[in-house]
Amino acid sequence: MNEAEATAAGGGAISTCWSCRGPVAGDSIFCATCGAVQPPADVDHFARLDLTPTFDVDADSLDRGYFDAQRRLHPDRFATRTPRERAFSQLQAVSLNEAYETLKDPLRRADYLVTLKGGEVAPEGCSLVNEQELLHEVMERREELAEADSVAAVEALEAAASDDFGRCIAALSTAFACDDLPAAARLTTRMRYLGKYIEECRSRRTRLGRHT
Amino acid sequence: MAQLIQIREPGKDPLAETGDAPVAVGIDLGTTNSVVAVGTEAGAEVIRDDNGEALVPSVVAYAADGSAVVGELARRLMLDRPDVVVGSIKRLMGRGLADLKTLAGVLPYDVEPQAEGASGMVRITVAGRRLTPVEVSAEILKALRDRAEQHLGRAVGKAVVTVPAYFDDAARTATKDAARLAGLEVLRLVNEPTAAALAYGLDEGAEGLYAIYDLGGGTFDISLLRMEKGVFQVLATGGDAALGGDDLDHAVAETFLAERKTRLGEEETLTSADVKMALMSARLAKECLSTQTTGSWVIDAGGRQTNHSLSRDALEAVIEPFVARTVGICREVLADAGVTPEQVKGVVLVGGSTRVPLVRRQVGDFFGTRPLAHIDPDEVVAVGAALQARALTAGSETLLLDVTPLSLGIETMGGLVEKIIPRNTPIPVAKAQEFTTYQDGQSAMAIHVLQGEREMAEQCRSLARFELHAIPSMAAGAARIRVTFAVDADGLLTVSAAEQTTGVEQEVAVKPSYGLSEDEMANMLYESMAHAGDDMVRRLLAEARVEARRVQLAVAAALNVDGDLLVEGEHELINDAMAALDAAIAGEDRDAIGARVEDLEKATRAFAERRMDRGIREALRGRGVDELAPASPPEAEG
Repeated sequence: MNEAEATAAGGGAISTCWSCRGPVAGDSIFCATCGAVQPPADVDHFARLDLTPTFDVDADSLDRGYFDAQRRLHPDRFATRTPRERAFSQLQAVSLNEAYETLKDPLRRADYLVTLKGGEVAPEGCSLVNEQELLHEVMERREELAEADSVAAVEALEAAASDDFGRCIAALSTAFACDDLPAAARLTTRMRYLGKYIEECRSRRTRLGRHT
Repeated sequence: MAQLIQIREPGKDPLAETGDAPVAVGIDLGTTNSVVAVGTEAGAEVIRDDNGEALVPSVVAYAADGSAVVGELARRLMLDRPDVVVGSIKRLMGRGLADLKTLAGVLPYDVEPQAEGASGMVRITVAGRRLTPVEVSAEILKALRDRAEQHLGRAVGKAVVTVPAYFDDAARTATKDAARLAGLEVLRLVNEPTAAALAYGLDEGAEGLYAIYDLGGGTFDISLLRMEKGVFQVLATGGDAALGGDDLDHAVAETFLAERKTRLGEEETLTSADVKMALMSARLAKECLSTQTTGSWVIDAGGRQTNHSLSRDALEAVIEPFVARTVGICREVLADAGVTPEQVKGVVLVGGSTRVPLVRRQVGDFFGTRPLAHIDPDEVVAVGAALQARALTAGSETLLLDVTPLSLGIETMGGLVEKIIPRNTPIPVAKAQEFTTYQDGQSAMAIHVLQGEREMAEQCRSLARFELHAIPSMAAGAARIRVTFAVDADGLLTVSAAEQTTGVEQEVAVKPSYGLSEDEMANMLYESMAHAGDDMVRRLLAEARVEARRVQLAVAAALNVDGDLLVEGEHELINDAMAALDAAIAGEDRDAIGARVEDLEKATRAFAERRMDRGIREALRGRGVDELAPASPPEAEG
């Protein structure tokens, strides 16, 4: 961390530490002089968890980055501190949780990374006029699901959709690696529909299971 | 840097050592029984009475003068003087009258009638006194505090108090209010299964995925945790805040009462004494049949005796539906986390009712593993709470990461619920939502906050209603009001709002649907003046001291790093102000501490400005003037 803070001091904006009122690098977590916890810096989710901004986030590194940061910033560490320190620690922990939840989930991660790189993903519920192929696929799958009348039939549809979901993840990895933002955005949209479809499969499966 | 590490060293926190720091304990405030424990060097010690008994029955008896007796004595009075005794009060924490319909027949005391549609927590009448569940719980907490103080020979001022993971916001707030009323500062509300996991994990060095199955007297929780070295990460939690061991007792009591009626003759009416006796026999039967296969019990009330025999098989037939319900909830929680039972390495049993063989069998069958119960299921939660109390006050490397048990949302058009924070989100969490006006010049807006998983507002639990006022006059849809919902590490919700286009901060007065208002709390605190006044003064003084030490440490650190920036005579001035503040901290006058802090800040103002100037100069030199584009985003650095 020392190294990271030193770089930041040389590069980032300077603000005033609320506690010792001396200079503190804009993206520091603790004041280098007095050690007081600072409000969360305006950095992206990857930087917050000490990760390289890539789609291929390794689950273990993500956990490690998250746990390490929470160890230092969680409100439990500040239970006997002044109200202001407790409040900043809570804000920091909120930011860490937001970063962790976003990066842990492949769909949310893809969505976030596309936006971070300046692309745009069609928001949920948007018409898919520009995505005729996806539109057809979604309608076809829905029909199949409506007609499936046994747990086994729904399970087969769900498994196929899960496989496609997995293939989307692999394709996204390639798209991001080649910096092909339009492709990444398209894949993210497809993944969102697949994700919702898998959820629908699950609830239909539970309903069918209850009747048998 | 050395300075920074020194200040952050866990366990050597200079701010924590403010002299007469009162001890922090862990409290399991249960429906049937409560337990208090204290952290020790080696782990945690459950505090017992002279007979070695750790459990304090969560029963309060009120004398004519209003004084209260808590525990075994009160429990014994239950049969003879049911009008002055209250038990199972936890089931009413943060509950409204409408909630009681689901608990019908379970509550053996008078609930004050309420106007139809009126909100607010229920009031009960005991010994001619009108009481809130918060006040009754406070008596139990006071008794636990006394027990700990007597045992330790020291004042106890802080506590970690456990709550069922599935407790909603109103019940959590009520618990915290009760502690306040008992003169205890709540360091943290910890979920019961999480506390149990902490006790197990630290004791056994458990690693991997674990489920904690907690069947308490009045609540059921199941939490799925990932444990690894020093990290306790809750992945998902679920439960039923109105399903507990009490319900098993009631089911058995009902079969006894039906038998009794047949034997005594159908024309006989059963009194509340019959019901209470039957409940007692049912509880004994449940406990006895955990080790025996058959037995018989006598109900002796109103001068009439009946004999009731029950086998373990018959008992199991009666309680099976309840156990099946808990297993169903386990299945849902695992599905939520995307985990199969085979992936769960172990399941820990918590709560006295998990001694019932049927519970052990069914839980074992579902998870495909023999459940763990080698830490006393009645004491494990208090042990975990005490460990956490110690960690919070003395420092620790252990990390507890918990989640929200229920989704939080707001009511939208047509009575639908829009979810803002989904269940099983790690806490603390904050989510903002923008609202707009639907009429030209609209100046106020009502927001209804809900908790639960159902789609319709009326099927979810109402937490609070509030109104945003003084919205600047604009065309419909032009105002942008950003409402932020924040859940803190105790699982408690706060709401704040601001109008975005004008930056006007909105005062949000939340009217809790089932809580107590600040006024009501203030009145109760005033009425229990025994320590309320003293406590408040003591707490404010302690806070002022902590803040003063924080300022002193910050100044010392700044002098250490930037001492060369001092001008002649300045150091002496600062030292004098430091010494004056030292003297004030040693005293008892909170205002004097505040004044000396201000003096010290004045004495260091010019020094702080010089430090900032140098910091900015150095930053500029580091970057080079040509790179200085105003307001360039930090990401542009690469």
